[in-house]
Amino acid sequence: MAAKKPRVIVVGGGLGGLWATIRAAEAGLQVDLFSLFQVKRSHSACAQGGINACLDTKGQRDSIRQHIIDTIKGAAYLVNQPPVKSLCEEAPGLIRTFDRMGVTFSRTPEGVMDLRLFGGVKNKRTCFAGATTGQQLLYAVDEQVRAHEDAGSVKKYEWWEFLSLVRDGAGRCRGIVAIDLKTMETRAFAADAVILATGGLGLVFGLSTNSTNSTGAAASRCWQQGARFANGEFMQFHPTAMPGDDKHRLMSEASRGEGGRIWVPRDPKDKREPAQIPEAERWYFLEEWYPAYGNTVPRDVASRAIWKVCRDLKQGLNGQDLVYLDLSHLDAKWLRTRLGGILEIYEKFSGEDPTRQPMKIFPAVHYSMGGLWVDWEKDEKTGAMKQPSPRNHQTNVPGLFACGECDYQYHGANRLGANSLLSASFSGRVAGESAAAYVKGLGKTLAAVDAGQPAFADEKRRQDSLNNELLSNRGDENPFLLHKELGELMRTKCSIVRDNKGLDQALSALGELKSRSRRMKLDDTRSWANAPLIYARQVQDMVVLAEVIAKGARMRDECRGSHWKPEFELPIPEGKFPGDPEFEEYRAKWKRENDKWLKNTLADWTPDGPAISYEPVDTSVLPVEEPRDYR
Amino acid sequence: MSDVIRLKVKRQDRPDAEPYWEEFALPWKPRHNVVSLLMALRENPVNAKGERVAPVVFEANCMEEVCGSCTMIINGKVKQACSTLIEGLQQPITLEPMTKFPVVRDLLVDRQRMFDALRKVRAWVPIDGAWDIHVHAPRISPREWELNYDFSRCMTCGCCMEACPQYHPGSQFIGPSPLGQAWLFNNHPTGKFSAEDRLHALMGPGGITDCGNAQNCVRACPKEIKLTDAIAKLGRQTTSQMLKDIFSR
Repeated sequence: MAAKKPRVIVVGGGLGGLWATIRAAEAGLQVDLFSLFQVKRSHSACAQGGINACLDTKGQRDSIRQHIIDTIKGAAYLVNQPPVKSLCEEAPGLIRTFDRMGVTFSRTPEGVMDLRLFGGVKNKRTCFAGATTGQQLLYAVDEQVRAHEDAGSVKKYEWWEFLSLVRDGAGRCRGIVAIDLKTMETRAFAADAVILATGGLGLVFGLSTNSTNSTGAAASRCWQQGARFANGEFMQFHPTAMPGDDKHRLMSEASRGEGGRIWVPRDPKDKREPAQIPEAERWYFLEEWYPAYGNTVPRDVASRAIWKVCRDLKQGLNGQDLVYLDLSHLDAKWLRTRLGGILEIYEKFSGEDPTRQPMKIFPAVHYSMGGLWVDWEKDEKTGAMKQPSPRNHQTNVPGLFACGECDYQYHGANRLGANSLLSASFSGRVAGESAAAYVKGLGKTLAAVDAGQPAFADEKRRQDSLNNELLSNRGDENPFLLHKELGELMRTKCSIVRDNKGLDQALSALGELKSRSRRMKLDDTRSWANAPLIYARQVQDMVVLAEVIAKGARMRDECRGSHWKPEFELPIPEGKFPGDPEFEEYRAKWKRENDKWLKNTLADWTPDGPAISYEPVDTSVLPVEEPRDYR
Repeated sequence: MSDVIRLKVKRQDRPDAEPYWEEFALPWKPRHNVVSLLMALRENPVNAKGERVAPVVFEANCMEEVCGSCTMIINGKVKQACSTLIEGLQQPITLEPMTKFPVVRDLLVDRQRMFDALRKVRAWVPIDGAWDIHVHAPRISPREWELNYDFSRCMTCGCCMEACPQYHPGSQFIGPSPLGQAWLFNNHPTGKFSAEDRLHALMGPGGITDCGNAQNCVRACPKEIKLTDAIAKLGRQTTSQMLKDIFSR
């Protein structure tokens, strides 16, 4: 009987949410899948370069151990290592599953999956489908979910926006309140467990590489209802994006993995066309500064280097915040097969052909390593994550799970390229299985108790009153302009390089923005497909989330991965390497610094703003001995 | 270059309301695309008569022509709005919602019918389950890969459906995009195990024989997917399936 089947709600239909949906359905749960739009439109489609898995098919003796090491070091060690171990160990199996789903992975002449090089690693470990890998992976799980829909185990609620959790008297998550984006009807939905898979929060920074719906509003709403947020200050800037006034368009790291080079003219006053500038008069600064990794250093390193060249050394193209990303030395036909997707984007938006002249790029906000705190259970025998376990990917709110970019689990202070499609898929899979284990542990289905209970009605009423407050138009603030201000503030004060003075200013400005966001005026007060109302609510929640990011950044007085405060920098002595006394002295200092700061930031909601605390990370897989060094 | 952008939008307040045209003039900015223009408009939604009106409702997400959201009719042609740059468009720029799908509001339409069609043609590879079985899918030659990859980039944006004369609210025709997907899965080494199911779904009313061979679809596709090739091949597949069905009866 369908009515007796336990129910799980999945919020978000990107790679994570769809994997969670599939695994929950396979475990015998009835799934209600909520999405702001048809799930096929999700932001996972924008991921380009690939997905990491150690297949070791390139004669490089690649190993899973090396994938684990690269990921942990890439993360500047700020990551619980057992979950990373599971992530990397299970990556090849996930890839095989995707392959069976029909993903059009690019092929070698023998017809097996090809691999390419990515950043922060030395071995080819990235599976790819041209330069539209995210789109291909998303479509594969979209298709599988459609098969489950056809079988009746999944019901989609597309064009519904998640507004809040419903928590019962014991604090357990029992469902959600959502709003139909066409009819504007709010409704409470009951479930035995809820899985949040709502993606990133790039829109908090206004302009980013993210899709316009990656606002972080859903995670912010859960946070305001008691779910803990972790490591908010760690925001990845992707080194190579094409700046725009509406969006910074990503130019995949694969372009460098496939041989693309970053450079500026040695003479900043050199006005010649790039092709006219001879090799000797070009400055390939990444190759010079980081000979061991060259153009494929990790993203935090590359972004800071570009920042330094443009801002500190004033060597940007024509004095602007731009450097060249050059593919023009590579064969055009081969480039089309390997990177067609991004070449098309660059061409369409700039009118220039990147196979003939270098692209002009600058770092842009790209990925939030931080997110909702999630639990995990350790398997003492293997040292990895124990599976299945209802603890895995469960937030501190019982019954609420999180996966994909909206959780904080796998990337620490800096994510490696092509690890996000992996973590989104893996964590979605795990969250679906964990939610099933959790529901089984309940021993009965709570969702059978109807949604007419007071907790549901109360929460719906609270959401209606928030909407009505906005629709009553008592204020004068324009939600779209307020969002612009928020973005501008975050991009300048919470950027690649940060300082405490700026962060203090950001926090006080955010306080003001928060109160102004309560006094908005909408140009649309109709009760049908009212986009400004939805936007206004998102802006309110984005401002609140921005405080978590800024406060975490203000309090972390160190440099780690994407979070960089030069005042507290501990530089590697120039020209010195392990064994040199100067380097060993540096290593000792670095360890002392880790004693102080190798801790996850935890943010809890309070009426006075985020309360910050810290928790240690599990380093049982790779001892924290080797500083990150990509020279 | 003129310093204003003149815009004419075909608006509709509700699915059952009468559409109306509204004109706007916005300040010119370099590198504007149609979506960024609509974003600028919603910040200050004042029409050409100087009246403050409700912002134009539209759908957009990725802003780089990969999600398929922002399809609309721009100066009479169906396109992705995010990758349509304002420079080079004749003014006033006219924006209309697609005509083949029900309008929700303004430029926002409901393309559910396309997704239902994907279900009808069983556009997926049946698998035993989403777990590791410790083997890969069979090998695929680089040449077959290229053919398949062309179709696997279909965003379900609806441009081909809008352009197709046979596809409209009054017809049952399934339309070019789902046909392309049916072909894609029939061409996959294990997807073809259920090719018969897909072909049967395409026989009869609304199926492949309703294609009028106007070839508009392939011209309208923003990804230049070779839809007509797929339709031709599917046509042959369904014919031989039909014969097979007759003789195996």
